[in-house]
Amino acid sequence: MPRVTMTVNGKPVSGEVEGRRLLVQFLREDLDLTGTHVGCDTSQCGACVVHVDGHAVKACTMFAAEAEGADVTTIEGIAAPDGTLNAIQQAFQDHHGLQCGFCTPGMVMSAAALLAENPKPSEAEVRDYLEGNICRCTGYHNIVKAIMAASGQDVNAIAAE
Amino acid sequence: MPKDGGIGAASKRREDVRFLTGTGNYTDDINIRGQAYVHFLRSDVAHGRIEKLDTAQAAAMPGVVRIFTGADFEDVGGLPCGWQVTDKHGAPMQEPGHPVLAQGKVRHVGDPIAAVVADTPEQARDAAEAIIYDIAELPAVVDMKAALDPGAPKVHDELESNLCYDWGFVEENKPAVDAAFEKAAHVTTLELVNNRLIANPMEPRVAVGDYARSTDESTLFTTSQNPHVIRLLMGAFVLGIPEHKLRVVAPDVGGGFGTKIFHYAEEAFCTFAARALARPVKWTSSRSEAFMSDAHGRDHVTRIELALDADNNFVALRTDTLANMGAYLSTFAPSVPTWLHGTLMAGNYKTPLIHVNVRAVFTNTVPVDAYRGAGRPEATYQLERVIDKAAIELGVDPIALRRQNFVTEFPYETPVAVTYDTGDYNATMDKLEEIADLSGFDARRKESAKRGKLRGLGVNTYIEACGIAPSNLVGQLGARAGLYESATVRVNATGSISVMTGSHSHGQGHETAFPQVVADMLGIDESMIEIVHGDTARGPMGMGTYGSRSLAVGGSAMVRATEKVINKARKIAAHLMEASEADIELKDGQFTVAGTDKSVAWGDVTLAAYVPHNYPLDEIEPGLEETAFYDPSNFTYPAGAYACEVEVDPETGKVTIERFAAADDFGNVVNPMIVEGQVHGGLGQGIGQALLEGCTYDENGQLITGSYMDYAMPRADDVPFYQVDHSCQTPCTHNPLGVKGCGEAGAIGSPPAVVNAVVDALRSGGHDITHIDMPLSPSRVWTAMQG
Repeated sequence: MPRVTMTVNGKPVSGEVEGRRLLVQFLREDLDLTGTHVGCDTSQCGACVVHVDGHAVKACTMFAAEAEGADVTTIEGIAAPDGTLNAIQQAFQDHHGLQCGFCTPGMVMSAAALLAENPKPSEAEVRDYLEGNICRCTGYHNIVKAIMAASGQDVNAIAAE
Repeated sequence: MPKDGGIGAASKRREDVRFLTGTGNYTDDINIRGQAYVHFLRSDVAHGRIEKLDTAQAAAMPGVVRIFTGADFEDVGGLPCGWQVTDKHGAPMQEPGHPVLAQGKVRHVGDPIAAVVADTPEQARDAAEAIIYDIAELPAVVDMKAALDPGAPKVHDELESNLCYDWGFVEENKPAVDAAFEKAAHVTTLELVNNRLIANPMEPRVAVGDYARSTDESTLFTTSQNPHVIRLLMGAFVLGIPEHKLRVVAPDVGGGFGTKIFHYAEEAFCTFAARALARPVKWTSSRSEAFMSDAHGRDHVTRIELALDADNNFVALRTDTLANMGAYLSTFAPSVPTWLHGTLMAGNYKTPLIHVNVRAVFTNTVPVDAYRGAGRPEATYQLERVIDKAAIELGVDPIALRRQNFVTEFPYETPVAVTYDTGDYNATMDKLEEIADLSGFDARRKESAKRGKLRGLGVNTYIEACGIAPSNLVGQLGARAGLYESATVRVNATGSISVMTGSHSHGQGHETAFPQVVADMLGIDESMIEIVHGDTARGPMGMGTYGSRSLAVGGSAMVRATEKVINKARKIAAHLMEASEADIELKDGQFTVAGTDKSVAWGDVTLAAYVPHNYPLDEIEPGLEETAFYDPSNFTYPAGAYACEVEVDPETGKVTIERFAAADDFGNVVNPMIVEGQVHGGLGQGIGQALLEGCTYDENGQLITGSYMDYAMPRADDVPFYQVDHSCQTPCTHNPLGVKGCGEAGAIGSPPAVVNAVVDALRSGGHDITHIDMPLSPSRVWTAMQG
C-alpha cells in the first residue's frame, strides 16, 4: 500500500493507506483523532470539516493520499496547548451553540474558516456560509449567535440566549 | 438578577468542553482490540420472497469471518413490541413477528437479509456484494388507503389483513359526539396529511457487541436513549441473556429525537454475533443505511371535523386517522397514534365531546415510531389547522376564537381521559402578542407588499403531555413497561457526589442541569456533583430519555434520593453536634443547630459517614448513598402560544420565515439557557417539517428520499433568529420540582404556525386557499396559487 505523509495538528504523521481510504478515515481510524465525525455519505452534513493547508475541507470528500505533504488541522488541534478553548470554541460554550456535540467539530472548523476570510460577517453571511453544515439540535440560532460573538460583534440585541 | 448557580441559573454546559475539543466518546469512537466489522446486505425491493440466498462464494472472500442469514436466527426471538393497543371491539392489535434477519420474506427496502462479518469494513462490504441472492418480487403496498382494500397484497401473510388495529377513543362517547354534530350551527372539516419524516440525528446509529467467554458476559455499546430498556428488551425477548450477564452502554450519543429509543436488529445482531464468534463485532450505519433502517416518524392522514354552536363555542370534535406503522411494529409504534395522540385532541380548549378514530396500517415501508413529540404534534397540527379554517369560514379573528374556547379553570378533566393539573393559556397568548409584536404586523405586511411579497401571520397554541408516565395508568393502556425513573445519589467521603440517573443525555445537557438541582438542595457548589448515565453497569434500572421526561421524572427521582441523603446526613450532624435531629438545619452546605452558633460543614458529615469513629452506629448504617425510584402520578402539561410570520414570493411560491415567536409555559425552569436551546431546536425541526422535509416512497415502495441529496434538512439559511420566552410559569402541581418538560414543545407547536401563516399570506393576495399539505415547497405553494 502506498505511504502517505502529512502534518496533522503540527505533528508529522505517516501511514500506509489503500487508494480508496478517505482522509476522514485516516484521521479517525489510523490516527485515532475521533473528534472529526462522519454524519453522512454524500458530502452534505459537514461534520467532518477539517482544515487542509488553511482551507476548510470535508474530510469525507478527499482521499488520504491527496493530503500528501499537506498541513491538516482538526478540532483536536485548535485549543491552546494547556487546553484553553480558542475564541470560537469559547463562544460556542458561552452562547450554547451546541447540544449533542456531533456536528460541533465541523461547525467550529467551518466557523474558523469563515472568520479567517470574513472577520465581521453579517447574520446572513454566517447563515449562507454554514450551508454545508447541518445541525439537528440547535435550530442554528445559537450557532449563528456564537459565531457572530466570536467575531467580536455585540450579540446582546439578538433574542434570548 | 440572574442566578449564578443552582436552580434557575444559566450555568454553562460542562459537557461542551469535550465536545468542542473533539474528545467526546461517541459509540463509533469505541474500538475494541480484535474487533470485526459487520455489513448488512439489505433488500433493494419493498416486498418479496427470498428464493435463493447463496453465501458460499462470498464466505470465501478475503477477511470474511462468517456470514449470517435468517436461518441463524430461527431459534432466536424476534424484536419485541413494547405496547399492545386494544381495538375498539376489544381485540388486541395484530402483532406480526419481526426477525433480526429476514426469514423467507423481505418487507421493506432496507430489510436486512444477511450480515457479513469480516476483519475490515471494506472486506465485509466487498463480500456482501458477492452474495448471490434472488428475491421474487411481490406487489408492494405503500399507500395506506390502498393497503386496506380487500384483496390488497398482505405485508404479513399470516395476518388477516394490513390493519394493525382500529381504535376508537372514547368509543362510548361516539353517539353523543355524532349527535352534537347533527345539532351544530357550523361544522368545519379539513383533510390533511402529517408528512412522514426521518429523524436524522446527526450521529448515525452504531453498535459494538463484545463477549467475554471467561465470564459469559456480553456488552453492547450502542447509540441509545435508554440503555436499560435495550438491555431488558434484547436480553429477555431476543437473545435470552439475563441482565446480570448483559451490560448495555450508551456513551455520548449524537442526538436521538425518538429514533434512538427503539431496539433495533443491528444491536441484537452485534451482541449475538460477538457471542457466536467470541470476538467483538462493530456496525456503523452509513447515512444512506440510516434512511432505510432508522424508524421514521409521523405519517398520518386525517379527516378532522370541528362543530361549533351559534356563539362560536367548540361543541364537538371528530377525527378519522390512518396511521402508518410501516412493515413491522417498532418498539413503541402502536402507542404513538393512539395514547400519545388521542389524549391530546382536546388541546387547550374546553371542547366537551371528542371522538378519535385511528386505523393503524402495515405497509411495505420502514417501520414508523416516535419522533420528537410523537403523536402530540399530529394532534396539535390537526386541531390548530381546523381552528384556523373555522375562523376563516366564520370570518372571525383566529386568536379571539381560540381565547373564547380556552380552558381557564384547573384542574381540568378533558373528555379524552387526561386531567390537566395547571396552566394559563391566556397568559401565554398575552405574552406571545407582546414578544411577537402582533400589533406591528399590519405595518410589516404593507412593507412586504411594497417589495412584491405576500406576508402572512400564523398563530396557534399547543399542549402536550410530558413527564411520561404513571406506570399503573400506562399499564392499563397497553404498555409493556413501567415508566418510572431512578436515581442513586452517592455521596463520597470528601463530600463530592456522583448521581447515577436512568435518564440519558444526548444533547439535553443533563450533566450540567441535574447538578444544579442537587447543589441547590444541599447548598454546595455544582462542581462537586457529577452525573453518571448511559451504562447499565453503573446505575440502577432506568427507563431513559424521551417524552420530555428526564427532569420531570428523572429529576424527581433525584430529588427524592437527595432528600433521603439529607435526612440521613441530619442524623449524623445531630450526633456530631450532640443536638436533637429536629433542631438541625441545612443551609449553604452547613448543618447548624437552630438558635445556636453550632455548625458542622457538609464535608464533616460526609467524612463521618465513611470514617464512623464518632457516629450513631446503633441507629444508622455508615455510608451516605441513597436510591429512589419515582413514578409520576400524572403527566405534565407544558403549553404555549406560537406565532410565525412568513413572506411568500408570488412569482415562485418560495416561503421564507421572517419572524418566529414562542411563548411557553414549562412550569419551573432549572437552566433557562438549556431550555431556550431546546425550544430553538424544536422550532428548527418543526419548520423543517412544515417547509422542507418529507420522506417519499414511489408506488413500488422504493425510497425516493434516501439521502441528504433528496431529503431536505433545514439549514442555517432556512430559519431566522427565534424570539422565545418562558416567563409564564404555572408550576406542575404533582412533581417536587414543579417542572413540566421542554424538549418537544418547539417541534409540536411550530408546524401549524407556519402553515397558518402561509395560508394567511396567500389569502391576503386574493387566493381562496384554506389548506396546503406539508411540506410547503415552492412547487406546492405555487401550484396552489394557480388554483
